[in-house]
Amino acid sequence: MGMQWEGKSFVENLPKIYGVYTGGFIAFFFLMAFFETLGMGADTIGILFVAFTIVIYAFIGILSRTMAVEAYYVAGRSVPPVFNGMATAADWMSGASFVAMAGGIFIAGHSYMAFIVGWTGGYILVATLMAPYLRKFGCYTVPDFIGTRYGGKLARFCAIVVLVVASFTYVTAQITATGTIAARAFQIPFEVGVWLGLAGILVCSMLGGMRAVTWTQVAQYIVLIFAYLIPIFWMSGTQGFGWLPQFMYGPAVERIMELEPIIGVGTAATESVPGLRILTALHATPKEGALAAWQFVTLVACMMIGTASLPHILMRYFTTPSVRAARNSVAWSLFFIFLLYFSAPALATFSKLQMIDPHLATSIIGKSIDEVMALTWIQKWGAIGLLAVKDGNMDGILQINEFFINPDIIVLATPEIAGLPYVISGLVAAGGMAAAMSTADGLLLAMANALSHDLYYKIIDPKAETRKRLLTARILLLVIGAGGALVASMKLTGILGAVAWAFCFAMSGLFFPLVLGVWWKRANRPGAIAGMVGGLAIGWWYLLAVRNPEAWYGIAKPWIGLDHLRFGIVGIVASLVCMVVVTLLTKAPDEETQRMVDEVRVPSGDTIIPSKA
Amino acid sequence: MTLDIAKREAHWHRTRNLMIGHLIVWFIFAFGVHWFAAPLNNISFLGWPLGYYFSAQGSLIVFVVQLFMFNKQQHAIDVQFGVAEQED
Repeated sequence: MGMQWEGKSFVENLPKIYGVYTGGFIAFFFLMAFFETLGMGADTIGILFVAFTIVIYAFIGILSRTMAVEAYYVAGRSVPPVFNGMATAADWMSGASFVAMAGGIFIAGHSYMAFIVGWTGGYILVATLMAPYLRKFGCYTVPDFIGTRYGGKLARFCAIVVLVVASFTYVTAQITATGTIAARAFQIPFEVGVWLGLAGILVCSMLGGMRAVTWTQVAQYIVLIFAYLIPIFWMSGTQGFGWLPQFMYGPAVERIMELEPIIGVGTAATESVPGLRILTALHATPKEGALAAWQFVTLVACMMIGTASLPHILMRYFTTPSVRAARNSVAWSLFFIFLLYFSAPALATFSKLQMIDPHLATSIIGKSIDEVMALTWIQKWGAIGLLAVKDGNMDGILQINEFFINPDIIVLATPEIAGLPYVISGLVAAGGMAAAMSTADGLLLAMANALSHDLYYKIIDPKAETRKRLLTARILLLVIGAGGALVASMKLTGILGAVAWAFCFAMSGLFFPLVLGVWWKRANRPGAIAGMVGGLAIGWWYLLAVRNPEAWYGIAKPWIGLDHLRFGIVGIVASLVCMVVVTLLTKAPDEETQRMVDEVRVPSGDTIIPSKA
Repeated sequence: MTLDIAKREAHWHRTRNLMIGHLIVWFIFAFGVHWFAAPLNNISFLGWPLGYYFSAQGSLIVFVVQLFMFNKQQHAIDVQFGVAEQED
């Protein structure tokens, strides 16, 4: 098939191609809605939604197969900013963002908002400090930058290690999410769902590398943003909050704050249900004291600096045609991410108000237990153990501390609470799948590319021919994917824990070597190596120490509230100190390196690493 | 190496100042306003408690607008010093 994937006519046709695609997806949605009115069951709708979208991604993935290095590693450097923005947004918003974020806000209240701020503001760092300069460099991977800027195989190798540690931590969480959704949609065991999810992920990236991942991610973004926003608009419209609820839900927040003391949010539960929680955190009121504020801002800092250090995000900006396009695509990325993130708190607010406001027909708190137990959504989610009602004080009335829920189901259950048709639930499942798959693809590709390009080609066998390099890249993709699925099927950590750790690992090892590589001419090889090794090692040690207070690691309790979600703060300080001290104690980089840094700082002119066809 | 050193330095100086300016704004909306979320919540902004509003929406809008502005300003600097890329 002689499809043209680069060049002017392809770029000009992109809006049309994705316009048709979006139209097709909407048509499919209405077709399903129509089938529902004919009596098609919820399960069939769910299966069709997930299967239909995966087939489309696979189709794009197979169509964009390539054997060219530039296309495989950086999509031929031809992705226009707006589309790269969408691809980055899909790459960025993981299964956790899609499925767990609104639920997290629902259950943890204000302290969870740190993720919203952190996962958006990081792009300011990406745009001002990194993306344009890395694009000017012309590297294929993040370790490629480290290896060329600082020189030497050891520096490159350290960068590969940090990249793999951070990305692998992250990818297991994504494969877990695809497994969970696939298992639910197709009604198969989780262990099988994980491998099925992996097959879907690999078919998007194996044949076409970055090019295939780019164009499937754009398609996945469109699905996930529709899936997230449509239920919110619909619910809010039917409940009388207006059709643009993101700008109107302030009064709903105030209403929740008013109701909280009345219904007794914060009362401890008298019973407990494993895996489920009751609502005790206040919705919009921050916890009191300087320590709580400190914990909020340190979590924000970890997520932001982690954003600017995660290789699967940075490498997306290597695919633009120019430095200016790289900058613009960071802005578009943030815009597309913003669309989801500023909607998540609205969703959490509505779904909470629906449950607790006695003036709303959907409310359950304060109703009689019998009445609540008769609701379909309570029965359905209760049957699979994701929510529970326990009448602790035996008064026959449901109190706030008698309602147990797994917060991850908020996004999935809210349409049902509001009484929306099943077709919405199918849409949401497809959206969650798109979010988890696209992130998993980006992560797997980041790792396989670093190992094939930097470890195999640049360190082990610099004479390897193109065919062999690309074959290695694909085999690695399979092996790493299988490894991730294997770890995922062992169910080691919760989704959120693993995600926050990935950010902390990345910032501990990579942030300063990357930033100072551009912004500090004096930074040299020994300094960068010390920064990467010192940051990662000390960060990792601290993580182990706070996770195992009984063990030998040397500290009994976290320093000033820096728990395991925030260990990146310790790692990055160590990284900075190591890098600066070692750099100043050793020789300044040679003339040629300094000139290279000068060249990186201006957009015009050739890339530092010459491009090859 | 067609650029002379003085021009290069002036360009980098302006670029750096722009970066610092944007990071100051970023710092205020990433950390400053959230540190004071509790007192800010006493102020009502279009129906929202202000401290909550910043974390749910306000900071995010600032970041998005800021990035598009940054691109414009950086491009203007690049053009002024003649180091912008040739557009095809």
